[in-house]
Amino acid sequence: MLEQLDLSMVNWARAQFALTAMYHWIFVPLTLGLSFLLAFYETLYYKTGNEEWKRLTRFWMTLFGINFAIGVATGIILEFEFGTNWSNYSWMVGDIFGAPLAIEGIFAFFIEATFFAVMFFGWDRVSKKFHLVSTWMVAIGSNLSALWILVANGWMQFPTGMVFNPDSARFEMQDIAAVIFSPVAISKFTHATSSGFLTASLFVITVSSWFLLRKRHVGMAKKSIMVAAVFGLVAGAFVGFTGDEAAYANARLQPMKLAAFEGLYDGEQGAGLVAMGVLNRDKRPGDDRDPFLFEVRVPGLLSLLANREAGSFVPGINDLLYGNATHGIVGVEEKMARGKIALARLADYKAAGKSGDQAAAGAALAEFDRHREFMGFGYLQRAEDAVPSVGSVFYSFHLMVILAAAMLLICLLFLYFTYKDTVAEQKWLLKLGLSGFWLAMIAGQAGWIVAEMGRQPWAIQDLLPVTVARTALDTGTVQATFFMFLLLFTTLLIAEVRIMLKQIKIGPEEK
Amino acid sequence: MFGSLELSTLQQLWWLIASVVGSLFLFLTFVQGGQTLLLTLAKNETEKKLIANSLGRKWELTFTTLVLFGGALFAAFPLFYATSFGGAYWVWMAILFTFIVQAVSYEYRSKPDNLLGTATYDWFLFINGSLGILLIGAAVGTFFTGSNFSLNDYNQVTWQHGLRGLEAAFNPFNVALGLFLVFVARILGAMYLTNNVDYQPLVSKTQKSALLNLLLCLPFLLYVLGSLVVMDGYGVDPATGVVSLVPGKYLANLTEMPLVALLLVAGLLLVIAGVALNAFRKCRCGIWYGGLGTVLVGLSVFSLAGYNNTAFYPSKFDLQASLTIHNASSSHYTLTAMSYVALAVPFVLAYIFYVWRAMDARKLSEADLADAELNKLY
Ligand code: HDD
Ligand code: HEM
Ligand code: HEM
Repeated sequence: MLEQLDLSMVNWARAQFALTAMYHWIFVPLTLGLSFLLAFYETLYYKTGNEEWKRLTRFWMTLFGINFAIGVATGIILEFEFGTNWSNYSWMVGDIFGAPLAIEGIFAFFIEATFFAVMFFGWDRVSKKFHLVSTWMVAIGSNLSALWILVANGWMQFPTGMVFNPDSARFEMQDIAAVIFSPVAISKFTHATSSGFLTASLFVITVSSWFLLRKRHVGMAKKSIMVAAVFGLVAGAFVGFTGDEAAYANARLQPMKLAAFEGLYDGEQGAGLVAMGVLNRDKRPGDDRDPFLFEVRVPGLLSLLANREAGSFVPGINDLLYGNATHGIVGVEEKMARGKIALARLADYKAAGKSGDQAAAGAALAEFDRHREFMGFGYLQRAEDAVPSVGSVFYSFHLMVILAAAMLLICLLFLYFTYKDTVAEQKWLLKLGLSGFWLAMIAGQAGWIVAEMGRQPWAIQDLLPVTVARTALDTGTVQATFFMFLLLFTTLLIAEVRIMLKQIKIGPEEK
Repeated sequence: MFGSLELSTLQQLWWLIASVVGSLFLFLTFVQGGQTLLLTLAKNETEKKLIANSLGRKWELTFTTLVLFGGALFAAFPLFYATSFGGAYWVWMAILFTFIVQAVSYEYRSKPDNLLGTATYDWFLFINGSLGILLIGAAVGTFFTGSNFSLNDYNQVTWQHGLRGLEAAFNPFNVALGLFLVFVARILGAMYLTNNVDYQPLVSKTQKSALLNLLLCLPFLLYVLGSLVVMDGYGVDPATGVVSLVPGKYLANLTEMPLVALLLVAGLLLVIAGVALNAFRKCRCGIWYGGLGTVLVGLSVFSLAGYNNTAFYPSKFDLQASLTIHNASSSHYTLTAMSYVALAVPFVLAYIFYVWRAMDARKLSEADLADAELNKLY
């Protein structure tokens, strides 16, 4: 069997992935959204010929460039981290997982890299039209790169379009269309990119509010807000819609994640949705404590949202862990037992193959096939390991949703006062606007915590736990690189923020 | 179309595709070479600005090609990706660090309030151009000199050397290959700048510099070629898959694959011709000869390592753990699907070429630096 040891190494490797990915996600949403805002602004310049739009485009472009550079710097490490820290994973699923990463290189990064240079340096080198097209290409290219990486990530959440090959002991792709068009990939792509649009819109609103509070660049700030508030409102509505789709997909494909971020221990018919609550920290699966110290519950809503059917049954953590015969749910203990048989027969099959005993190999394989679907569970030590950290995902999820409402409201208010042309006078609103970007940043990070921590202990849902996915490294090595990244990225982040603030202080070029 | 090809043919095709991407990367390291010239060649602020801004419009292409090279290996040869990155951990981490610091340096080097100061960012660029390329060369060197790893029944890698990959940098062959690449990058960087910048004081320096760096790279080239001809190589018995040390294996590869030998010779001659044109005929075209030459040399090196029943990622520790393009590859389905994807590569190259012709129609000159409207200078 595959050895699995040294939990602390695995935890450091997880921490390292989380650290680098979360750093990456500070910059990525801005790239995704600002690139489109630049394209909108420049299109307005192209259509109206008004130089004000051009100055404004160039101002936001400067900020975009500063952000983009560090986005690239944090991205490259993620791509190679699969190999360095998760090499068993890379070998076992490279067939499937490597493909979107390679496609991303060909179809997205080159578009970004090529047209980025035109957008920045081409103002006086190519025609106005070519320049505009380039700006649009940067936006499209960035968002295409999001598509492919989220296809890859979606596949980890919902592995599909592949088969396990007992001879090579790895997963092999069978249907690339199923991988690309998986419902999870689509909900991830739409949700993550639209959340990026919302984040960037709020960034523009935040910076512009600062200008308005200081009565600087008033015309430019108002124009910027006008477009950003519309974009933010549309994107924000879409974020809510796609987030709901994501939760619906979770209910079907990752019910444990859904139960965890809802804090649902005992499944119910007509389950209520917890709008807000405080978890009981002593609660453990299987005991009879109340999971909440305090909660606000909307009756029946969870069943409706999760299954699109009022009064339907939503399984809780206990049902998934211990099984629920009434609703035909197989518990984790049983899955583990069958998984262990599958792994043992796989080892027999290998051994028989080596010694050339065809009959024994055939028998082992037949037995393996009967239990293969639970193979991943065979690696688990205790059934309770199959439950993610309820606290982290519950609070993150609820924070994300509450912030979504707050941000929509901010966009709406800015739009309203822009329409009445009094936005510059609304001091209270401008002060509120200052917070917008930070809310979006927190919501986005919280979203990834829901998506990734909610998937634990699996690197690939139900198939491969993180303890097996790892590289054979000692803890010290991973720890060392963890701190190196922490130091390097934090230094670069501080540099980035200072440069950004300075450029905002300088403001757009004068006429 | 691709679906009907044999698995072994697809594996050969994908080794070729990976080799093309890797060789293009070697050409594009003119950016890294140029970064080292920033510190050693530029004498005043104008020259520094010209170099930084000329390279600053191209560096992402090189970077993206490296990312694509990694992605292509991941998809086509996942066992190599897993074994090498997971095993030779420290050497890859060191390489990645030099690319992380490169990525921010252009944008941040001359912006006010940049925390570390221009000189630091210029050093980042220098480290990326020197140490980064040296280590990449050392890693490629292990294709010939071998590494220390074993694989278990489930192909999980265990590295058998405490330095986890950095030991490659202590092997003379690997170091010589690395230094060769560093000087080639500098040659290409100098010729690129000759081509791209319109500022005579700098151009006359880059013209000389290419020649000087050609002379500097020659001893390493000779050492690498000499060693390749005499060293034992890792041959695979096509019938049994058994790997063994074969005396003169790479020389045999050259004679048994005359096309590869031809590529090597043609490539080296093209680089030399480029430098000569650049230095003596004051031609701006040197970079094209040098670039094509580098690609051909790269192709021949990757072919020597991977084709003709050779293990391209050999293990000194356990010969039978060595990776070949056959035992390290993806399945037939994935290679087929990816082959269709690869059909897009010519289109990508075409738009890159088109865009750059439009952008570089006018060379970068002192006037560009003075233009306040630009405000986007590095
Ligand atoms: C939803 C979007 C998204 C997500 C989830 C990720 N990225 Fe990313 N990535 C981008 C969206 C993006 C981007 C917006 O396209 C970036 C940011 C700045 C940039 O230049 O492109 C980028 C840059 C970027 C780069 C540098 C590319 C270049 O310009 O050469 C690499 C190698 C990666 N990413 C790889 C990854 C990996 C391996 C991820 C998974 C763990 C990942 N990214 C998550
Ligand atoms: C950029 C946004 C992302 C963020 C912020 C993020 C966040 C996280 C976090 C917090 C963890 C740690 C979970 C834990 O150990 O409890 C994690 C782990 C991981 N994530 Fe993500 N993630 C991101 C994108 C992705 C994508 C796009 C992929 C795949 C393509 C991915 C693959 C992984 C893997 C392989 C691990 C380590 C193994 C594991 O813990 O499951 N992540 N990520
Ligand atoms: C009505 C509001 C929202 C709902 C119902 C919602 C729902 C969800 C769900 C269920 C997930 C987990 C998906 C999975 O497990 O794969 C998720 C992830 C995520 N959310 Fe939200 N969300 C909302 C608002 C927001 C907002 C406002 C932001 C940021 C500005 C955001 C950013 C993210 C991100 C970045 C992820 C991780 C990527 C992904 O899994 O798609 N969400 N959201």
